[in-house]
Amino acid sequence: MSILLSKRSRVICQGFTGKQGTFHSEQCIAYGTRVVGGVTPGRAGQTHLGLPVFNTAHKAVEKTGADVSMIYVPAAGAADAILEAADAGIKLVVCITEGIPVNDMIAVKEALKEYGARLVGPNCPGVITPGEAKVGIMPGFIHQPGRVGIVSRSGTLTYEAVFQTTRLGLGQSTCIGIGGDPVRGMNFVDVLALFESDPKTDGVIMVGEIGGSDEEAAAEFIRRHLTKPVVAYIAGVTAPPGKRMGHAGAVIAGGKGTAADKYAALERAGVRTVHSPAELGSAMAEALAGRAAGRARPAHARTAARTVPPAKPAPQRTASRPPAPKAATAKVTGAASRKAGRSGKRR
Amino acid sequence: MNLHEFQAKELFRRYAVAVPRGRVAATGAEAAEAAAALGGSLWVVKAQVHAGGRGKAGGVKLCRSVEAVREAADALLGTRLVTKQTGPDGLPIHQVYVEVGSPIARELYLSLLLNRDRSRLAFIASAAGGMDIEEVAARTPERILRVEIHPAAGLAGYQCRLLAFGLGLTGAQVAQFEAIARGIYRLYIDNDATLVEVNPLIVTKDGAVLALDAKINIDANAVFRQPVIAKYRDPSQEDPMEREASEHDLNYVSLDGDIACMVNGAGLAMATMDLIKLHGGQPANFLDVGGGATPERVAAAFKLILSNPRVRAILVNIFGGIVRCDIIAEGVIAAVKTAGVAVPVIVRLEGTNADVARQQLAHSGLAITPASDLTDAATKAVRLAAGREGQAA
Repeated sequence: MSILLSKRSRVICQGFTGKQGTFHSEQCIAYGTRVVGGVTPGRAGQTHLGLPVFNTAHKAVEKTGADVSMIYVPAAGAADAILEAADAGIKLVVCITEGIPVNDMIAVKEALKEYGARLVGPNCPGVITPGEAKVGIMPGFIHQPGRVGIVSRSGTLTYEAVFQTTRLGLGQSTCIGIGGDPVRGMNFVDVLALFESDPKTDGVIMVGEIGGSDEEAAAEFIRRHLTKPVVAYIAGVTAPPGKRMGHAGAVIAGGKGTAADKYAALERAGVRTVHSPAELGSAMAEALAGRAAGRARPAHARTAARTVPPAKPAPQRTASRPPAPKAATAKVTGAASRKAGRSGKRR
Repeated sequence: MNLHEFQAKELFRRYAVAVPRGRVAATGAEAAEAAAALGGSLWVVKAQVHAGGRGKAGGVKLCRSVEAVREAADALLGTRLVTKQTGPDGLPIHQVYVEVGSPIARELYLSLLLNRDRSRLAFIASAAGGMDIEEVAARTPERILRVEIHPAAGLAGYQCRLLAFGLGLTGAQVAQFEAIARGIYRLYIDNDATLVEVNPLIVTKDGAVLALDAKINIDANAVFRQPVIAKYRDPSQEDPMEREASEHDLNYVSLDGDIACMVNGAGLAMATMDLIKLHGGQPANFLDVGGGATPERVAAAFKLILSNPRVRAILVNIFGGIVRCDIIAEGVIAAVKTAGVAVPVIVRLEGTNADVARQQLAHSGLAITPASDLTDAATKAVRLAAGREGQAA
C-alpha cells in the first residue's frame, strides 16, 4: 500500500498534446506510470505518445477507466479542467498548473464538495509513489521506495527532502507536493491523516512555508492524531512582510503567517523541527532510529492492539491527549507488537 | 498588483460605492483647477503612492484655499514620500488627489479579503476606524466584526445588516452601508481583487456614509483577463530591480543584505535566504529562476543580481530535477565570463548530471567556489562575503 497513487492507478493527462503535457507524460510513462490516454478538446481520435486522445475527460474515463488525472492546462483554463475531471468521475486530480486566479479556485474548492474527488495542487510538483508511479513533474530518479512520507508546499524543497532520505537509505512511501497557492485542494492535515493510516509510512517529513495558517492547523492535528514521528521545516524566516515570495500563497499578511509562529505551533505539538533544510533527512533518520530502539510513544501500543486483536489492551487515547512524553516510555512490547500489526496489515 | 487611491476611487464610483468628490492632478496648476472646479472651502491634497501611512508621513495636506491647494501640490509633486511601509528611499509622487473635505462624525473600518483557512471571502468591519486594524484586532478583538461569504449564495442582505447594525449605524445609513458593501463585493469579484480596504469609512456630520480612503490589490495571476485594470499599473511605484526581474519572468524581491542568491524554486529560494541568515550572513535578495531554469534565464538573473552595488558574494543554489545541472553550469560560466563578476561566486548544484556540472565548473578557469551541499554553500558564502578569504577575481 501507499497513499493516493500506486502502480495500479490509471492516469490520464489533461492538456495532453501541449508542450508541458507531452514532455511530462513521456517522463511519467518512462517512470512506469500507467498512463492510459489524454484529453485535448477537438483532438479526439488522434493518437499521441501511442495513446488515445479524447475531447472530454468524461469520454476518457468512459473508454480507459482512468481514476487519476494530471493537469497541464494553462492557467486561464485550469480551474475548468479540474472541475471537468471531478465531474467525469476522476478520484485523484493533480493540477500542476501555476498562476490560476485565486477567485477561480475559491469556486472550484466549493464545487469539489459535490464530488468524491481529491485535488492535489494547483501550482505543485504532483504525487509520486516511488517504484510504482509518478504523476507530476518531479525527477523520478532521486526517489527510492521506502518508509518516509513527504508532504510539502514547495517543489524543490520536496526534492531536497527526497534526495536526503534516499541518500540515507530511508526512501519514501509517497511524496506529495500540495502546492504554493493560497487556495488549494488537499492540505497538510488531509495528507497527514493518510500517512498516519498507511502501514508503509513510518515517519513524515513536512515542509511548510510562510503565509496562511495551514502549518498551525497541521500542528494541532499532529498533536491530536499522529502516532508516527514528524519532522518539519518552515521556509521564509527571513522573508519581509507584505512581499510575495515566488508562490502566490507565500506572503506574510497583516502580521499573520510568519515562520516563527509556525515553528512555535509545531514545537508546542511535539513536532521535531529543523531550522535548516539540510537536516530534514538526518532528523528523520534519528527519529526513526529512536523509535526502533523502543522509544515509541505509548499510542503505538494502541495502534498495534487495533490491528492485532489478541494483544493486551492499549491505553485509550482522548482528544486532549497531551504532547507525547518522548523518551520517557520505553515500550519494547509496543514496538514488537506494532511489527506484528504491520505484517498483519500487509497480508 | 497595487492601485493608487484615485484609481480605486474611480472603481468605487463605477460600483456605486459612495466616495467624496475628487480629482487627480499632476501639477500645482491642475490641482488648483481641480479645487476650484470641486468648489467648497476645504480640500484635502493627497500624495498618490503605493503605500499606507501617508498621513503620518506628511503626504496628506488639509487646505483652506485654492492657492493653498496649489502650494501643497507643488510641495509634494516630484518629491519622494517615505512612510513606514516604503523603506528609506520612499516612493516618487507623480500625482496628487484633490478631494473635497468631509466633516467627520465617526470613523469606521471595512475590508473584503480572502480567509485562507476557509477558502472563502470575508468582510471585516470595525467601529474603530482610522487606526491600524491589526492593532485593533490584537488589542480589542471584540471590536472586530466578520462575515464570511458563501461562494454560491454571494453576499446576503442579512450579512450587510449584521455588519451595519454591528457598527452602530442607524436609519438611512444602514441602506447606504449595504450599497457600499454590495458594490465592494461586486467590484472584488469582477476585477479579480485580492483586497479591498476602506480605512476609514466615515459617517459625516450630516449622516452620510462615505469611503474616505480606498485601497485595492489585484490578483497578479488574473491581470491577463482584466485589460482595464492592467492599464492602471504604475511601474514608477515598483522596486526597479523587481520590475526588471518581472520583465524576464524572474521572481525577485529586494532585501537589504549583501549575499545575493540565485535559486530554482520559490521554496528553495526562501530556504537559501534562511540558510544564509542561519550561518551569520544577510541575504541581498530572493530570486527564483523557476523550476525550468535555462542558461538564458541564468544569464538574465546574474545581470540583475550584479546591478545591486551592495552585493559582496553570489550564492547559486540549484537542485536539478527536470532541468540538468550541466546546462545550468554552462549558463553560470557564460554569465560569469561575460558579466565580469568581481565578487565571489559560490555554486551548489545537485540532482541531474551534477557530477558533470561540477567538473565543468572546476575546469572553467574562473574563480567559482564549488560547494558540496546546502550547509557548505551557505557557510562559504557568508565567509567569502565577509572578505575573510580572498577568492574574488
